[in-house]
Amino acid sequence: MRKITKALLGATTALTISAALPSVSQAAELTLCWAAWDPANALVELSKDFTAQTGTEMKFEFVPWPNFTDRILNELNSGGKLCDLLIGDSQWLGGSAENGYYVKLNDFFDKEGIKMSDFAEAAVNAYATWPKGTPNYWALPAMGDANAWFYRKDWFAKPEIQAEFKKATGRDLTVPATWAELIETAKFFNGKEIDGKKVYGAAIFTERASEGITMGITQALYANGFKYEMTPGKYDMEGAVNSPDAVKGLEEYKELYKCCTPPGYTDAYMGETLDAFKSGQAAMAMNWFAFFPGLYKDENVGGDKIGFFVNPKGTTAASTLGGQGISVVANTDNMDGALAYIKWFAQPDVQKKWWTLGGYAVHNAVLTDPSFKDSQPFAADFLVAMNQVQDFWQEPSYAILLQAMQKRMHDYVVADKGTAKEALDGLVSDWTEVFKDDGKL
Amino acid sequence: MTARFRPSGRAVRPDAPASRFLVTPVTDTDTSLLDKAAEKAVRVTPAPLAFRVRGLSDRAIAWLFITPTIALLLAINIFPLIWAVYLSFTNFRANRPNAEIDGVGLTNYQRVLNDPDIWQAMQTTAHFVFWTILLQMLIGFALAYLIDRKFRGHAFWTTVILIPMMLSPAVVGNFWRFLYQPQIGLFNYIYSFFTGVPPSSFEMLGSVALSPWAIIIVDTWMWTPYVMLICLAGLRSIPDYLYEAAEVDRASAWRQFWSITVPMALPFIMLAVLFRAIENFKMFDMVVLLTGGGPGSTTEVASITLKREAFESWRTGRASAFAIILFVAVFGLANIYVKALNKVKQR
Repeated sequence: MRKITKALLGATTALTISAALPSVSQAAELTLCWAAWDPANALVELSKDFTAQTGTEMKFEFVPWPNFTDRILNELNSGGKLCDLLIGDSQWLGGSAENGYYVKLNDFFDKEGIKMSDFAEAAVNAYATWPKGTPNYWALPAMGDANAWFYRKDWFAKPEIQAEFKKATGRDLTVPATWAELIETAKFFNGKEIDGKKVYGAAIFTERASEGITMGITQALYANGFKYEMTPGKYDMEGAVNSPDAVKGLEEYKELYKCCTPPGYTDAYMGETLDAFKSGQAAMAMNWFAFFPGLYKDENVGGDKIGFFVNPKGTTAASTLGGQGISVVANTDNMDGALAYIKWFAQPDVQKKWWTLGGYAVHNAVLTDPSFKDSQPFAADFLVAMNQVQDFWQEPSYAILLQAMQKRMHDYVVADKGTAKEALDGLVSDWTEVFKDDGKL
Repeated sequence: MTARFRPSGRAVRPDAPASRFLVTPVTDTDTSLLDKAAEKAVRVTPAPLAFRVRGLSDRAIAWLFITPTIALLLAINIFPLIWAVYLSFTNFRANRPNAEIDGVGLTNYQRVLNDPDIWQAMQTTAHFVFWTILLQMLIGFALAYLIDRKFRGHAFWTTVILIPMMLSPAVVGNFWRFLYQPQIGLFNYIYSFFTGVPPSSFEMLGSVALSPWAIIIVDTWMWTPYVMLICLAGLRSIPDYLYEAAEVDRASAWRQFWSITVPMALPFIMLAVLFRAIENFKMFDMVVLLTGGGPGSTTEVASITLKREAFESWRTGRASAFAIILFVAVFGLANIYVKALNKVKQR
């Protein structure tokens, strides 16, 4: 009997210890979720310093962009515990704040002396606040980003091409300053044979499933004065979303798509755009600043062969916002560890190192440094772009709003369905229904 | 050897005296294999267990065995279905856990049925289902007819033909996406080789006119072998004496085909149609990988619309209403079809 008792006691102790072990290891471990792209690798490098200082092991869950929203929002909606920290898209802020998925950081910031005034104002508004622009912080600005352009500088510099361009257009071949010039330049290069290879004018976003075509089209829309509402906060979209300027912007984007993209370019986002440029097929391409360090280092098309420019003007100067803030997931089992990471990440020195590793810090200590503009060939453009960014809806219903826009835009631009005005009218109708359902109209 | 079973088959204690039961003793000579197995089971059943089971009726024991299965069925199939019906009458959104759930009556159903995009998706689905089934039946039956001739090497060719069916739809979707690539894709290259049309001049997946056919081609390539297998089973089930009798009656090959082969194989063909129709009505993975429903919404079949509504827009109530409508449609059509199939089988 004593033997049985001893055996039971031993088994119970073993079970207790084994049950306790995961929680011990969890305490010294943090999982950070983000998209799988170049800056994520830089963050892995940067976070080694955090591990060295605190002993907390960092685990990373990087999801490819096309599945990023689906995967992470499913995780949040199902109350999963995968992520302790999340670098989530700016559009998720509204939903995540209202649904209690993110921890509100105001008290923590006050306690630790973290000031939002230390970060670029546009970045704070876009990546940290909900309701937008109010001092309610749900994230720390982590990665500034905007949609911009890059081009084959070596092709633009060829005397014979310059002469041909001058003859064809009557002006010098320079970086496009307006959307009209962008289209004209793309048309000039499209179908031309350079270095024995047929090339195309521009690689742009046309992806249907997630957010691609919307992020591309808004470059043209914002530059043409597109507004979401007639009166900010009133959701009165008629006359704003489908204004003549917006129609013009949409038509320009379609013109660029039709005239000058490589064949088979009907469902292209970040990866496809990079492929088209790196394979020497495209004279110009759009993509997020996040990829520019990698592009500049590229052996075939980087270095002296590549140049960068901010989104050309239409009636106004504007760029589509990318980038994200870092949030603490309310469901975390390691709240102290997650907050400690935020505190560490907010330090100016860490932010400076973040920039040198390839992350786009938006801390004023980085941006206002006199050497910043010359630190990278695209740094000055980044500053310009971040001062003119505009973002998509950040409403809790942003996913429905985005899906509606993806559908309407792809139908019009790629599938040739209807006119630009009809597409935007349809969008107003879709969005009106969403806001009515939300009780905001 | 004395049997330890009552006629009802109910288990008893192995140590109980046989005389207590109304049992007709059987001998080794007439003990069936089943009886032997039953006896063995009785012998190895622990006495306490046998004691507990004693007194239960056959019906009770039957219920005991099927209860776990029924419980699982209820939990996994029936409960979600009932829950989905409930959700379809609410404004519930899975991404708004803090929002109040209000009943909205038939609003979700009204919106789904009045949504032109949904009808467009249904039309796209119908086009896909109709053409894939038609092509798969024609080609599948023709292949089965040829294979049934038992020519030299027919076993090898049967295996070769079956290969596409063995692949995962994800793999098929991905590599056909490469095959259809206008600049480097083999499909465009072959077409160009035979017609002289430049390969980059047309896009199978990016063209509004061609993309519906692109997905039909891939599905037909993948699933025709499946139809062929079912048709082959049908053809091989036709007794030879029918053809011999027809030969005696001097029936032509054409007449034999239409009067013997087709009617006898018809139940199998109809079964193949049923399986493929149900499968293609809910087609999702392959189309997503090939076109993602594009260009625009040209190849957006109903299941993609449903997925977007449920897990991208997160309008769970409306998505549930759409799912119920689809379920009723498929269930209703399948029932009508099965009745027709039974009639054909009874001829």
